[in-house]
Amino acid sequence: MLHTLVVYVENKPGVLSRVASLFRRRAFNIDSLTVGRTEKPDLSRMTIVVDADEDQARRIVANIYKLVNVLLVDDITGEPAIVRDLALIKVGAKHEARSHVLELASVFRARVVDVAPESLTIEITGAEDKIDGLLEVLRPYGLLEVVRTGQVAMRRGAKLSTTLAKVNGAAAIIDGENVSYSV
Amino acid sequence: MENYKPTLSGARILWECLEREGVTHVFGYPGGAILPAYDALKHSSIHHILVRHEQGATHMADGYARATGGVGVAIATSGPGATNMVTGIATAMLDSSPIVCITGQVGSKLLGSDAFQETDITGVTLPITKHNYLVTHASEVAPAVREAFYVARSGRPGPVLIDITKDAQQSTCEFDWEAAAPRMRGYRPDLSPAPEEYERALELIHTAKQPVILAGHGIFVSGALAEVQAFAEKASIPVALTLLGLGALPASHFLNMGMMGMHGEAWVNNAIQDADLLLAFGMRFDDRVTGSLKTYATKAKKIHVDIDPAEINKNVKVDVPLMGDLRKILQVLLPRVESTDRREWLDHLRRLKGDTAVRDIQNLPDNGHLYAAHVVNDLWHETRDRETVIVTDVGQHQMWEAQYYKHEHPRSLITSGGLGTMGFALPAGIGAKVARPKADVWVVVGDGGFQMTMSELATIVQENLKVNIAIINNGYLGMVRQWQEFFYERNYEATPLLNPNFSMLAQAYGIRTAAVKQRSEVIPAVRAAGEHDGAMLIDFQVEQEDSVFPMVPAGAALHEMIRRPSPLVETAEDE
Repeated sequence: MLHTLVVYVENKPGVLSRVASLFRRRAFNIDSLTVGRTEKPDLSRMTIVVDADEDQARRIVANIYKLVNVLLVDDITGEPAIVRDLALIKVGAKHEARSHVLELASVFRARVVDVAPESLTIEITGAEDKIDGLLEVLRPYGLLEVVRTGQVAMRRGAKLSTTLAKVNGAAAIIDGENVSYSV
Repeated sequence: MENYKPTLSGARILWECLEREGVTHVFGYPGGAILPAYDALKHSSIHHILVRHEQGATHMADGYARATGGVGVAIATSGPGATNMVTGIATAMLDSSPIVCITGQVGSKLLGSDAFQETDITGVTLPITKHNYLVTHASEVAPAVREAFYVARSGRPGPVLIDITKDAQQSTCEFDWEAAAPRMRGYRPDLSPAPEEYERALELIHTAKQPVILAGHGIFVSGALAEVQAFAEKASIPVALTLLGLGALPASHFLNMGMMGMHGEAWVNNAIQDADLLLAFGMRFDDRVTGSLKTYATKAKKIHVDIDPAEINKNVKVDVPLMGDLRKILQVLLPRVESTDRREWLDHLRRLKGDTAVRDIQNLPDNGHLYAAHVVNDLWHETRDRETVIVTDVGQHQMWEAQYYKHEHPRSLITSGGLGTMGFALPAGIGAKVARPKADVWVVVGDGGFQMTMSELATIVQENLKVNIAIINNGYLGMVRQWQEFFYERNYEATPLLNPNFSMLAQAYGIRTAAVKQRSEVIPAVRAAGEHDGAMLIDFQVEQEDSVFPMVPAGAALHEMIRRPSPLVETAEDE
């Protein structure tokens, strides 16, 4: 099944390849991996979606945790979380097709971000299946180009993480304190 | 003086930091990109040992580390110098040996340009180092070195590589040791188990009727020798050892059963299969120890003590994981574990031991053949009363050593376990001798593995080291030949060796030699080596087609062992 991991890493060169290398070495296929800055300039946050069973996921988490530049790993699979994917979809839209495409976009609450004589480019944000749905209905009009960011995810609620709250002071790690770890 | 911060080149800072980390010896080989560092060596009290191949430098650093528990240091240039280190780094990684490898790198402006002798060595070694660093400025040298030593020696130890560009060695900056102290937010090696996990562990221990302790290399790393012995004695639990665990409990101790696994004692493997509780102390259930996982100790509950969370439930599902430092964990358990009478279980094990003696090569009448087991046994007899470090290579001789040399002391055996690196013994033996000059070092090596790194004979001579070398020469890549015999219908493809005359070879280096073909000559030759001031090489020409027994075929259950046919004499003549 698909597991969603949130990983906090130090914002240093080579850290992405250290993390990615773990998946390559164990022949796990990464479904998606996004990485970006956080509110702290020295911290990056990754959202990794990987196809693995329970055991494999636990080992992946343990191995990511072992990396010296990794501050925190959180497996949020099955936890209440907001998960979003963003896509830009360039679709063929001549003549009468154009209004149909615009209608579909509005049903999906997507935005048109570029208009050309023979195409429209649509931006959509949402859960993966919503984007898959829009792509499906647009396919007959001719998908010229599609790009997706991959998933970003965040636990719901004020706490950083419920499982991590058990571990003494999850927020402290991000602020540079020590923490213990439990499988 | 405390606050004096001199301005120094990156190269000088490197040596200064190594000295402050307690380094007295480094093993290395110079070259273009590391020359500024070598030039600055004149300011340092560190003794540099010139090797003949960079692989040798890494194994020496590894042998040095394993002989003492400290950190070994190897140094090389960029490109081929660095890539030659790869095998030694991987060896240290799989055996959790703390070494720091320093490599020169092309100038930072040339990085990624395919410059002369440029290799992306941090990329190459990413999966075989615990961590690595690319240093491109003098100001990064001190923090990288301090972090590298901290990472290498803490938690589960391992190799760390520091790649330093030439300009980082040449440029200068203010050297501030204090400011370079490791501050690593993402590295937390100090784990400890939750209190309820101790409770669960104690309950399993107290209800077990047939427990076995599996003792591994982690016992040395953690320094838990006394605790393991006290724990085993108090709870009356017999101890089986991994290859790297040999010496963790004296071989003569009444609870020490001996080595387990593929070439372990039959009765040890049978005991594990009969056990109702396994206590894994600093070992990782390697496939050479478990045999088939499906049939491994199916009746036993498992308690796994390890400092590396990634080892828990990796190969064997455990009932109670105790993650953290073994010594600290045993210190918590020791006062709480109950003294238990397990006479029945211990008597049962003693009975299991019975059928081994009739098959033991030592107990058979002398048939004129020289067996490797005889050599190892006699070597043990002759060296047991002195502080001796045996350094073995990989293959049949390694297993015979493990079976027949009775290790009473910790760090008296150094061997490549996890990676199984042929060519390890000679350089690792040099490292061990440098680390422990007062100990007698015996390199026990096959005729195949010896030829992989025999260029280091020159290092022995140049450094005037007294390293004794026992070549177990059977004219084959013996372990591969054994597999061909058992599993490939005796198709001895690419295993017979045409060897040089090892005595003449060693004499060319000025090393004293002896050749031994009879059992009666073994002890005199070992004594002659002991009495000689310099290095000595003995070419033990042993039975060519002997095999290591018992043997658990790869993928078979641990109790499905191929046993030595008895009586042995007939077999030897068949072949």
